[in-house]
Amino acid sequence: MSFLAFLAERRAELFALLSQHVVLVLVATLVASAVGVPLGIRLARSPSLARPVLAAAGVAQTVPSLALFGLLIPLPFLGVGPRTAVVALVLYALLPILRNTVVGLQSVDPVLREAALGLGMTEAQRLRMVDLPLALPVVLAGLRIAVVLTVGTATIAAAVGAGGLGAYIFRGIATVDARLLLAGAIPAALLALLADGLLGRVERSPRPARAAAALVGGSVLLLSVAGAAAHRVHERPIVVGSKNFTEQLVLGELLAAHLEARGFPVERRLNLGGTALCHAAVRSGAIDVYVEYTGTALLDVLKRPPSSDPRGVLDEVRRGYEALGLVVGRPLGFDNSFALVVRPAAAAAGLRRISDLAERAATVRLGLFGEFLEREDGLPGLQRAYGLRFQTAPTEMDLGLLYEALRHDRVDVVVGSATDGLIAVHGLVVLEDDRRYFPPYEAVPVLNARRAAAEPGLGHAVDELAGRIDAAAMRRMNHAVDGEHRSPAAVAREFLAGP
Amino acid sequence: MTQSAPPTTAASLADVRKSYRSGSFALDGLSLECPEGRILVLLGTSGSGKTTALKLLNRLVTPDAGRVVVLGREATAWDPVELRRRVGWVVQEGALFPHLSVLDNVSLVPRLRGLPEPGCAERGRELLALVGLPPERFAGLRPLELSGGERQRVGVARALAGEPALLLMDEPFGALDPITRFGLRREFAAWQRRLQTSVVLVTHDVAEALQLGDLVAVMDRGRIVQSGPPAEIRERPEPAFVRPFLEAAGLL
Repeated sequence: MSFLAFLAERRAELFALLSQHVVLVLVATLVASAVGVPLGIRLARSPSLARPVLAAAGVAQTVPSLALFGLLIPLPFLGVGPRTAVVALVLYALLPILRNTVVGLQSVDPVLREAALGLGMTEAQRLRMVDLPLALPVVLAGLRIAVVLTVGTATIAAAVGAGGLGAYIFRGIATVDARLLLAGAIPAALLALLADGLLGRVERSPRPARAAAALVGGSVLLLSVAGAAAHRVHERPIVVGSKNFTEQLVLGELLAAHLEARGFPVERRLNLGGTALCHAAVRSGAIDVYVEYTGTALLDVLKRPPSSDPRGVLDEVRRGYEALGLVVGRPLGFDNSFALVVRPAAAAAGLRRISDLAERAATVRLGLFGEFLEREDGLPGLQRAYGLRFQTAPTEMDLGLLYEALRHDRVDVVVGSATDGLIAVHGLVVLEDDRRYFPPYEAVPVLNARRAAAEPGLGHAVDELAGRIDAAAMRRMNHAVDGEHRSPAAVAREFLAGP
Repeated sequence: MTQSAPPTTAASLADVRKSYRSGSFALDGLSLECPEGRILVLLGTSGSGKTTALKLLNRLVTPDAGRVVVLGREATAWDPVELRRRVGWVVQEGALFPHLSVLDNVSLVPRLRGLPEPGCAERGRELLALVGLPPERFAGLRPLELSGGERQRVGVARALAGEPALLLMDEPFGALDPITRFGLRREFAAWQRRLQTSVVLVTHDVAEALQLGDLVAVMDRGRIVQSGPPAEIRERPEPAFVRPFLEAAGLL
């Protein structure tokens, strides 16, 4: 299938993501301008104040976006969704607007400024009639930088469930699908070029103030139309969430499609950036349901010691979650424990069990995702349980890239999951956990208890999926997405339709 | 009849001192007077304090000590904005606002004074015509499209548009070639005679001072060295500073 046909097939979704992206950019840059320009005017008058404020704005811009999300999500009113994304984008857009306003005003010819007073202008008249018009080209240049920058950074909004073109990019990385990645990246790049060209024309126009005002007016109008349209169709749907890897995307789509089949209006907020995010979201009610793994719930969320008894872990999680205002549904049918995965050649050379690693630890290069370094059942415990002493520091990378690195001999062992489709696709080998180190990771739906109580039939509908997905089925579905580059939604629909 | 007679002095400084942060005196006990309807020229080298003296008269500079009287009132008694709208201000090289048309530059002061709109533009056109710039050709141009001489003319027109009782001019013909400068000076003298505006003009050009001034005050290091009608300056120059100054300009 050609790339264009691929896009054509997804045009409705692509348009929706593009619209979300544009709205994010417009709201963020309008807010940043509404804050940055007046603040810049104030700072231009007192250079001693300007320096620390500009420095602070500069520091805000250097905070990595995911770290910023981590800081913002626990705050009241923000949580998971567009609000957090907008706050982060505003913080990033503020610096160029603020700095250019200050610099633009400070570089107005002092002779002209004195002449303005000498002719009888008040300070306010001078600001309006001389300072701002003369600083306008520089202010507009700052706005232009901010808008183009925001079009790019808005792709990270998808990590907090705010949608936008980043959703395709993240999904593309998670499923190792270059077409999806490009379907997000190319429109984002085109959008940036369009915004740059448009604002460049405003800058060069003979009446830049009027052109800028028209542009702001147009943006506000567009946003209010979009807002009104969104408001009309608003009906509180069941919000299904998921983490940001293939299996979670499939399970999210599966839950969503199943609930839709049972007549619930559903909104998808898939691809959220990790366990902590999903947990915070389901507790706050930003999402209503997502699939968690019992081991993750026990160790990461509840911070209890590991255990290798599946039944006991499930009961403990269920009780612990009840206290947090969450309902744990019945297991879906598969256990997605951690897996240490190697190339077939290594297995042929005798590396079959994790304990076989001990004698090879001096030369082995380990690839893993960052979370595994910090987990209670992660690397430190694994090293203790098997007496492993790796000489080379493990390489951290995105989940979606681990198997690529393994296949291309960049690393020798990767930490993956038992149901990873790519294991089957590439004929890779899972090392046997011969000392039973990893706890059970049964997939279970987690629901917000208030929403479950308020929506009769929701809990029952979710539990209809109990026991229906075994490890083989899950691996097949993961393979369909990772290996055959099919969309998680299509794979989920096909599974629900049954054999 | 309690109405006082019109002041015969348009502006005066009495024993004014002003020092800048460096500690040097810009003005060191300066006294001078501009009679109504006349041109007072402050002549001096750069750094003599003549521009500072001029800015005292529209309160762009505040004195450390001494009295400043403008249009019959202590400068400190004027609201600065009100004062500046009554006193015309011509800046070196015009200092025109580059984002405004020629006409909008000239109509600015009437507009600031809140005159009704069609009147402001009308007044602007009249003044463009007065300074020799046909409004039908020049009104819509931007300052950057003008020659240096045309810019100076617009600067003068802008200052005169507010019908000022006193006109302050800082090197108004400074950055021009000698021929343009000479012609513009003659024209300016004619406008002044017609309008009978009181003028304080600052220059470092000896010939300009002697050509235009009804009174000339020669300044050096914040003080008046000699003052009087041009003929007196020319015939009996103060020997230590004024004579060499005139000689250097080739006028003795």
